[in-house]
Amino acid sequence: MKNAVNRDIPEMLLTNGKEVYQGKHYMDGKYIKKDSPRSCRHVKPQESKICASIQEACEKCGAHDGMTFSFHTEFREGDYVAAMVARVLVEDMGLKDITVAATSLGNAQSNIAEYIEQGKIIGVQTSGVRGKIGEVISAGKLMTPAIIRSHGGRPRAVEAGEVHIDIAFLASASSDCCGNAKGVGGKNNCGSMGFAIHDAYYADHTVIVTDTLVDFPNLPSSISCIDVDCVCVVDDIGDAAKISTKEARMTDNPRELMMAEQVADVIAATPYFKNGFSFQTGVGGPSLAVNRFLEDHMVNQGIKMGFALGGTSSAICKLQDKGLVEHILDTQDFDQGAIEHIFKHPGHHEISLSEYANAGNKGAYVNKLDYVVLSALEIDTAFNVNVITGSDGILRGAPGGHPDTAAGSKCCIIVTPLTRGRMATVCDKVVTVTTPGDCVDVLVTDYGVAVNPLRPDLIQCLEEAGIKHVTIEELRDKAYSLVGTPDTLTWEDEVVAIVEARDGTILDVVKKIKPFTVE
Amino acid sequence: MITRKKPEKFRLRRTMMFMNAQKPALIKDAYIYGSDSIILDLEDAVAENQKDAARFSLYYALKNIDYGDTEVLVRINGLDTPHWQEDIRCVVAGGADGIRIAKCESAADVKAVEEHVLMAEREFGVEEGRTLLMAALESPKGIMNAYEIVTASERIFGCAISGGDFRKSMHVQIEKGGIEMLAARGQMLLAARAAGVQCFDTMFPNIDDMEMFQEEVIQNRKMGFDGKSIVSPKQIRFVHDTFAPTPKEIAYAEKLVRSFEEQTDSGVGVYTVDGKMVDIPFFEDARRVIALAKACDVYHGDL
Repeated sequence: MKNAVNRDIPEMLLTNGKEVYQGKHYMDGKYIKKDSPRSCRHVKPQESKICASIQEACEKCGAHDGMTFSFHTEFREGDYVAAMVARVLVEDMGLKDITVAATSLGNAQSNIAEYIEQGKIIGVQTSGVRGKIGEVISAGKLMTPAIIRSHGGRPRAVEAGEVHIDIAFLASASSDCCGNAKGVGGKNNCGSMGFAIHDAYYADHTVIVTDTLVDFPNLPSSISCIDVDCVCVVDDIGDAAKISTKEARMTDNPRELMMAEQVADVIAATPYFKNGFSFQTGVGGPSLAVNRFLEDHMVNQGIKMGFALGGTSSAICKLQDKGLVEHILDTQDFDQGAIEHIFKHPGHHEISLSEYANAGNKGAYVNKLDYVVLSALEIDTAFNVNVITGSDGILRGAPGGHPDTAAGSKCCIIVTPLTRGRMATVCDKVVTVTTPGDCVDVLVTDYGVAVNPLRPDLIQCLEEAGIKHVTIEELRDKAYSLVGTPDTLTWEDEVVAIVEARDGTILDVVKKIKPFTVE
Repeated sequence: MITRKKPEKFRLRRTMMFMNAQKPALIKDAYIYGSDSIILDLEDAVAENQKDAARFSLYYALKNIDYGDTEVLVRINGLDTPHWQEDIRCVVAGGADGIRIAKCESAADVKAVEEHVLMAEREFGVEEGRTLLMAALESPKGIMNAYEIVTASERIFGCAISGGDFRKSMHVQIEKGGIEMLAARGQMLLAARAAGVQCFDTMFPNIDDMEMFQEEVIQNRKMGFDGKSIVSPKQIRFVHDTFAPTPKEIAYAEKLVRSFEEQTDSGVGVYTVDGKMVDIPFFEDARRVIALAKACDVYHGDL
């Protein structure tokens, strides 16, 4: 069945009320019956919830075959905990038929790829897959299709009971013996624990894994001891060098700077750029540099940002310290500067992924967002964006908050070079739709700006400000003229991953790759 | 194959961005940054044993990349090298808009280049006179001879001082305020204006020192330069903003033009605008300001 972004969704996936994507506000006003955890009561006073080992904690929580385990990835590529726990579950305890529900999966968890190949892990639900795990899933080695959800889609699915977490293993920078845990105060800090908070409310069991045990009570905490069953103390929860850099580096690449400056000019040309505006940007290349150029516009016009949302870096913290940003609503921290800033400035707040972006609650922060600046692996002439599959069709990315912020914001700007190496970024049809075109408003490339025809109001703003723009088809033609028109990918019939829209409908599927053969 | 339209001798040249002609990654789409001119460099940026490779890269770039309205100039090697004649053949065959003559010291230098350009135009069937010239003055002798240089050929659209070599020959360093090249800049400007050609300042080498760069650009504008050589896309916007007429200048120029039209109708030659006495040269300058504002895309009036 074709959905609203013209993708053919196999009928076999449309069971148990599952629907295809039908537009960004399709679920508005509909009701949801929330799931609830089956929680173990700790009535008898206990001195401590500390377990001697991860295995002991798993046994206390009744870990068995067929369960769903969750992890968060605030520690990104530096995370040890997910891999450590998976090893205990599979290798030490011999469990099988496991489903992993993580906020993302990457190189730090590559042992999970082995367990998928061995058939021990049979389900993966995540907002991102990179590295070896993406390769094995794309090769069709996971028993059930992986489910890719956005950062807002994940808590929605948890609340809807579409994924019920049996045990959440939550890495924490510090914890006390009863499980009051947070992302700071330890030897490996991550700042915001926004990715972990919601799991502690909905999982049947919650295990805190930390390398820094502190005196009771570890307050204020991100995760409360009333939601925690067990605490495990390990030598190291992560590799500090890979968790965060000292300061996210501002690009010095003239091309990226030019695009960033153009993005800031577009923002300043639109009517939402007024005192109290809200803004989110990523940490990569041109996105981060937008902060710098936006600062000039804010100072020139004498306006302040009401709030900055999402992943946070030093750049935005410095703007807050200069008095240009009232609030930072922080789901994750990309560098040491942000990690040190989060609980020090009274306007820098930690928020959960559900508060951030969940399309199943009564209004997440993304709904109050004026601007979001996002990148893309590919964008097609219908403004659909792909951030999950490479040009070879292999899973290698993460939607994260991309679809959520694009849908919620008043002005979603995609910034990307027109070509990457031999690849055209602007194309006829993206390999996989991860953010639907009806959520994307402006495209800024090094070869020009294009506005979604769905937004004639923005086209008029750009024209009044004298910002040149072209059609997205012109950009596509330019890209193809530079690097050539690629052949379409061919696939097997087997679906290896389902890309869920943030509202739970099906946006696209990823099929098993056909091995490349030379005729 | 790309065929560029006939170059305009006088056009907007606020920024002329240098880049190594041998680096395909740099030159493949150098126009995207929006500098008015780009200068593909065969001279100092290219190592002595890579000159031939750079010419090939340059020729294929000129033939295959559509630089659109961005002017494409090539800096050729000095006349004291064995390279410049082959450089000229490559530039003309590729159809570049013009040549920047490095280390130009006399009218004879210009005439030598002109002669070889003409030969190359005939050799490759290029319209005679199509290829423009500009002179880079890099020595005290070049500055002293500025007027004879810029009047040596009809093809010359302007001259530029090249600070790196010039400062060395004067035993001076780059100074805040620019006193070390004040006389040279001034003399070159006089020569250019006397000859009715354009005049460009040297590039500012320290890309990260935006503050000193900006001071220099502001001084350039106050002195009367038409534009500036640059070495990074990061320098473009400030030069363009600085060289564009300000809203105040535009408003005054508009007022002058309109009042002049009225006064001419009533037969008055000299009169006052805003308490200042004005006559025909004011009117001509006002027309120039409006034209520049239009070229810089900052004029929104109806003159």
